[in-house]
Amino acid sequence: MPEPLLRIDGIDAFYGDFQALFGVSLTIAPGQVVAVIGANGAGKSTLLRCISGLMHPRQGGISFDGEPIGAMRAHAIVRRGIAMVPEGRRLFPSLSVEENLLIGGQSKRPGPWNLARIYELFPVLAERRHQPAPTLSGGQQQMAAIARALMSNPRLLLCDEISLGLAPIIVRDIYAQLPTIVAEGQSLIIVEQDIVQALKAAAHVYCLQEGRIALDGEAGSLTREAISAAYFGV
Amino acid sequence: MTKVDFVKVEHATRSSRVGVVIISLGLVVLAAAPYWGDRETLRLLAELFTYVALASLWNLLAGYAGLVSVGQQAYVGLGGYLVFALAMLAGLHPIVAILIAGPVSALVAVPVAMLIFRLRGAYFAIGTWVVAEVFRLIASQISVMGGGSGTSLPAEIIIAMAPSRTSREHEIYWLALALTAVVLGAIVALLRSRHGLALTAIRDNEVAAQSNGVDVIRLKFVVYVLTAFGTGLIGGLIFLMKLRISPDTAFSVNDWTAFVIFITVIGGIGRIEGPIIGSVIFFVMRQTLADLGSIYLLIMGGIAIAVMLFAPQGLWGLIAERLGWQALPLQRRLVMHKTDWPAPLKSGPS
Amino acid sequence: MTLWINVIIQGVLIGGLYAMFAAGLSLIFGVMRLVNIAHGDLIVLAAYVALMVVQGFGIDPLTSLLLVVPIMALIGYALQRGLLNFTLGEDLLPPLLVTFGLSIIIQNGLLEFFTADSRKLNAGPIEVQTFQVIHGVWIGLLPLIQFIVAIAVIWGLQVLFYKTALGRAFRATSDDQSVAQLMGLDTRHVFGMAMALSLAVIAIAGVFLAVRANFDPSIGPARLIFGFEAVIIGGLGSMWGTLIGGIVLGVSQAIGAQLNPGWQVLAGHVVFLAILAFRPQGLFPKVSG
Repeated sequence: MPEPLLRIDGIDAFYGDFQALFGVSLTIAPGQVVAVIGANGAGKSTLLRCISGLMHPRQGGISFDGEPIGAMRAHAIVRRGIAMVPEGRRLFPSLSVEENLLIGGQSKRPGPWNLARIYELFPVLAERRHQPAPTLSGGQQQMAAIARALMSNPRLLLCDEISLGLAPIIVRDIYAQLPTIVAEGQSLIIVEQDIVQALKAAAHVYCLQEGRIALDGEAGSLTREAISAAYFGV
Repeated sequence: MTKVDFVKVEHATRSSRVGVVIISLGLVVLAAAPYWGDRETLRLLAELFTYVALASLWNLLAGYAGLVSVGQQAYVGLGGYLVFALAMLAGLHPIVAILIAGPVSALVAVPVAMLIFRLRGAYFAIGTWVVAEVFRLIASQISVMGGGSGTSLPAEIIIAMAPSRTSREHEIYWLALALTAVVLGAIVALLRSRHGLALTAIRDNEVAAQSNGVDVIRLKFVVYVLTAFGTGLIGGLIFLMKLRISPDTAFSVNDWTAFVIFITVIGGIGRIEGPIIGSVIFFVMRQTLADLGSIYLLIMGGIAIAVMLFAPQGLWGLIAERLGWQALPLQRRLVMHKTDWPAPLKSGPS
Repeated sequence: MTLWINVIIQGVLIGGLYAMFAAGLSLIFGVMRLVNIAHGDLIVLAAYVALMVVQGFGIDPLTSLLLVVPIMALIGYALQRGLLNFTLGEDLLPPLLVTFGLSIIIQNGLLEFFTADSRKLNAGPIEVQTFQVIHGVWIGLLPLIQFIVAIAVIWGLQVLFYKTALGRAFRATSDDQSVAQLMGLDTRHVFGMAMALSLAVIAIAGVFLAVRANFDPSIGPARLIFGFEAVIIGGLGSMWGTLIGGIVLGVSQAIGAQLNPGWQVLAGHVVFLAILAFRPQGLFPKVSG
């Protein structure tokens, strides 16, 4: 049984007095693609914020490659090999496309991803490299946000709702690129409201409902009913 | 007949009832001060009152309306110069002059506000400073008021106020107490009104207040003008007490802004009790440490920074949060009562 | 006629100094939305640091820059990480009040240490050297050098902001602090570097101020106000606008002084208030990106 790359052990997370996560546990193996699904407000983004270091869990632990990271600051976690594609893209508006990518690479981690390879994988970004980031279309911005995260050569990539606000055909194109990314041996956590895409892309699925893990299993083995029940809590 | 709930807004709490009693007793004791205190005590108390008033006004502006001004000395000096000018050039009684200084300062504040409200946040603060500097530079150009070196209030005007020196000192003391009480009373009345509720909303979350229908800009404008009114009034009083005015003392940042800010921060911003507590602390410190001048300012500045970082709610804020006290009935609490419904008729079936 | 040309030229040249006061101020505001009320007092502090270096090492003021700039930059980094980083956040009160407290502390600290005596640094003969451009029009050598340095500083800041990794980090952090952290940027360090840079510019401005005129602990607030006026006149967000703002301020003051020596500073304030009244966005506001 390979040592998990990321292990989350019973974490509780709070926004002030409001508890968003209750005893959530999760593991990811190296090279594995995991989907976290759930309704709005279920706690998916909170989970990613805890992993990436923007938030700290009040209870429980998070360890990455054996090292506890639950209390670490976000920039230190990036340097250890976790990168996030934030919800809503959030490219830097004052920077050009290329400058956004360069910022992504600024932790200087060694690995296969660099500007040349990014431009190879996403030629549309190469065409627009000097344009200000906000001039790109939604789908292009999403690609740029993913590319920016890849520039840090992460071992674990966190994708927060990359289908949000995009047309289905664009979402398909973006998901079509994922196998290339994972082929380098990266692990992926995909947080999605689009269950169909999430189940197609992932090997293992977790479903969050009101801050708790309601379902946890291999993507192929889960029935429609089981997923509905876990998602909606009925 | 059934009992239904209705909601009433109540202000008083047990601590505020105690507070009101203590403050009322305190006012009586202070009003009687000329009979139990000596000259030095009266002078000190009068000075304390003016700082309480100035700090309370600054607190209203910054702690409630969210307008941080480092230029209130503009109106202190304006009030002072108005009193001197009206007394010396127009022959008005100094107290009348003070009462005129208030509204005139408010009038001046209107075009000033129209200009500086174009700036936001910290740039607004510096803008208020520029305005004060403009007032100072203009004052030093007015030769009839002594230009850059200033002028003293002529003896005849002082003597005309009251027959003996003692009765003059009593008169000034009571004037200081009365003006401060009026200023504080006006602030409390404003905070208890629905405008005060709007102000508290602005203080807590300006955007939310605006989306709930509060006309934020207009309310801030009105508060700025009213604060100028009060500051001009107190400024006139201060310089009547000092008997001498000059551009540098009238518009001094140290005296009328630095100390006022430090007092309010240490006492507690955004609470009415804060400036009172802060002023008392300030004066006690000054008496015990003696006037060390710049070292004193250094220490106060350091304490203010420490308070801002570690206890931003100030001393009274700490007390109020820990113990739930309020000295004046300003809280708004929703209290459930039960009443009969429908209301019983005088006669008819029971 | 040549009198007025000379007056305007003097105003333009001092405008460069004002632009430097402004550059440090707007840099910090751009990166972390902080307005440093102690900005002017830090300029005066730099002048006193230069005084100590000049007296201690027996070198001339312009050479002292080699020491004063790194010293002030270090002070800036420590100040940001040790104090000001803890005031940053949603509320506008803490940074404003803490920097105001800092301003009072610096002024009074300098007063205690150096007394209220007026000082000046001596740069030697270049202080009085002038040359004639055309008949009747004279330019002072030192003011011209200062003006050229001011332009170089502003140009250098532009290059740094738009062509270097550090500048990228500044712009990214200013855009979105959380996501900047997700990119591996330690925002505490980025802010520290921004303040260090601001104080480095302040150091140059302080030394120039000290050579040009008398200084004492109380002149800080006026320098803050001149820098602030230059920023507002020029327009927020534009470095070259700030240079123009400084020049407009300098020329206004020079014309005012020529009409009546007591009107020098007041003339600048009047022009500032006029801009605020009729063109509040400034002369060259940057169209936001």
